[in-house]
Amino acid sequence: MMREQLAVPRAEFRSYYGRPILKPPAWNWMIAAYLFSGGLSAGSALLAAGADLTGRPQLRKVSRIGSLISILASLYFLVADLGRPERFHHMLRVAKPSSPMSMGTWILSAYGPGAGLAGVAELMPGRLRRTWLGRLVGLLARPAGLWAAGTAPGVASYTAVLLSQTAVPAWREAHPYLPFVFTGSAAASGGGWGMVFAPVAESGPARRMAVAGAGLEVAASRVMEQRLGLSAEAYKTGKAHRLRQLSEVLTVGGALGALVGRNRAVVAASGAALLAGSVLQRFGVFEAGVESTRDPKYVVVPQRERLNEGRPARGDQRITRV
Amino acid sequence: MRDNSFYGPLEDPAGDAGYSEHPERVGFFTDTSVCIGCKACEVACKEWNMLPDDGFNLLGMSFDNTGMLSANSWRHVAFIEQHEQVDLGMPGFERPGDASGAEARTEFRWLMSSDVCKHCTHAGCLDVCPTGALFRTEFGTVVVQQDICNGCGYCVSGCPYGVIERREGDGRAWKCTMCYDRLHDGLEPACAKACPTDSIQFGPLDELRERASRRVEELHSRGVTEARLYGHDPNDGVGGDGAFFLLLDEPEVYGLPPDPVVPTGDAGAMWRYAGMAASALIGLAVSAFVGRR
Repeated sequence: MMREQLAVPRAEFRSYYGRPILKPPAWNWMIAAYLFSGGLSAGSALLAAGADLTGRPQLRKVSRIGSLISILASLYFLVADLGRPERFHHMLRVAKPSSPMSMGTWILSAYGPGAGLAGVAELMPGRLRRTWLGRLVGLLARPAGLWAAGTAPGVASYTAVLLSQTAVPAWREAHPYLPFVFTGSAAASGGGWGMVFAPVAESGPARRMAVAGAGLEVAASRVMEQRLGLSAEAYKTGKAHRLRQLSEVLTVGGALGALVGRNRAVVAASGAALLAGSVLQRFGVFEAGVESTRDPKYVVVPQRERLNEGRPARGDQRITRV
Repeated sequence: MRDNSFYGPLEDPAGDAGYSEHPERVGFFTDTSVCIGCKACEVACKEWNMLPDDGFNLLGMSFDNTGMLSANSWRHVAFIEQHEQVDLGMPGFERPGDASGAEARTEFRWLMSSDVCKHCTHAGCLDVCPTGALFRTEFGTVVVQQDICNGCGYCVSGCPYGVIERREGDGRAWKCTMCYDRLHDGLEPACAKACPTDSIQFGPLDELRERASRRVEELHSRGVTEARLYGHDPNDGVGGDGAFFLLLDEPEVYGLPPDPVVPTGDAGAMWRYAGMAASALIGLAVSAFVGRR
């Protein structure tokens, strides 16, 4: 890969003692981890539903269990990161279309029970399966899994809006690209999970979904870096850059392994690489956003440019149109 | 819901929020040209609102040892020392104080400005709050209900001015309430009450806007051509601020964003992209199962 020149020359701008204008996100690493676990859960739920409908019981089982574990991890991360975790249920007081977090709460509330029931059905011991409750759960597993698969695309994509609908420059300006990075990453990690735990004979769809997801993620990620302008610097420098570079190596490597690998060890190792690539992608994007709040140039330079070019933000004109 | 609920000029934010009868929208006009940097506003705010102390810090930034607005500082006086040439202190022939107009100014100037929550017409913090803790008051201001806030932190990233913050050790988000309790009793906010030069003026927003434009004209006619208003325009990226300013330099010099935009303004486009990406994910999953065994 050729090292390209930074597209934007060093920015000259004025500031108040070089201090940040924005507050850094109040969120810690758990939110980055949630971005991953939520995506993994959604990818696994889709894979589980497909495996269920096409008669692949092993792939169905590991994917349902994967989506259950990762949605539980997600809920833990989300609640533990609150300043007042015991008040987590205050999220359920309102449904607010203007708040992606409120929308996300309701998307997760719809998704969670489906993924949970399908996962529990796989984990039930034989003795429990024979009781009336066990039989009921077994009966509901398929509709629950399909319900989870139906809501999973929402789970995988809303998190991009969650980050973008903020004043954080690197997240906000990435709004046309982040959803594709995130759903691609969700597919790659869901496929990766299936590759690690399902037998090779059944993991064909997992491999195909992982390869396609990895392709979407890497392509969207590259386009994002090229088109972002000054905010691209937050992605292309420092810790965010290192995380995302390693993510790309692991994701592309894992996808290649998924394409050519036929033996169990190679497929499982490729799946693990895809999972790790997805984790690093989410932490990289998170870090880029945090960095873009620390340096006032990401706020001042683009806004000053708008003003100097005589096109300030106007209320009677939308800034972005699709 | 009206068309401009999330973006664009909005005549009556309290009415838009659902109040059928409500008092006039009130706000702050902070005229920094008469600010003397006494920090009475910071102290009055801390005392009235019983805000915790934020440590004894010497920041080395002129007289500013507060640094920025935070969960515990709801007024922040910025101090900016500007000088283009070194003043050699040559003796002059005028008596000190003889000349006081713009013509007598030297190369040195000291800018002071008391910053505060802007109480935006379209408030990013309020829009993204998932619990309804942040709400629009009948006065058109934006306030956090502390018994509802669960400290999710979304408002912190939703504010294009970097005002609201989660309080360490408390976990909830805090910011200026424009002294909601005092407003109920017909009193002006503590900072405006304490300001000895009327740099901080409180009143009905329409009246303040008129007063501010007259003040700018007056300053311009007196040769202070760099005087400008910030946050007064209902047609800007946040629909105009409930607390706006008269500045003597570019906003970024005071630590203010030059052209802020409420994040919600692009929400429609963001969800459309997310919808496309979600569809792409469905396509990926389906094609992984179709055609091959």
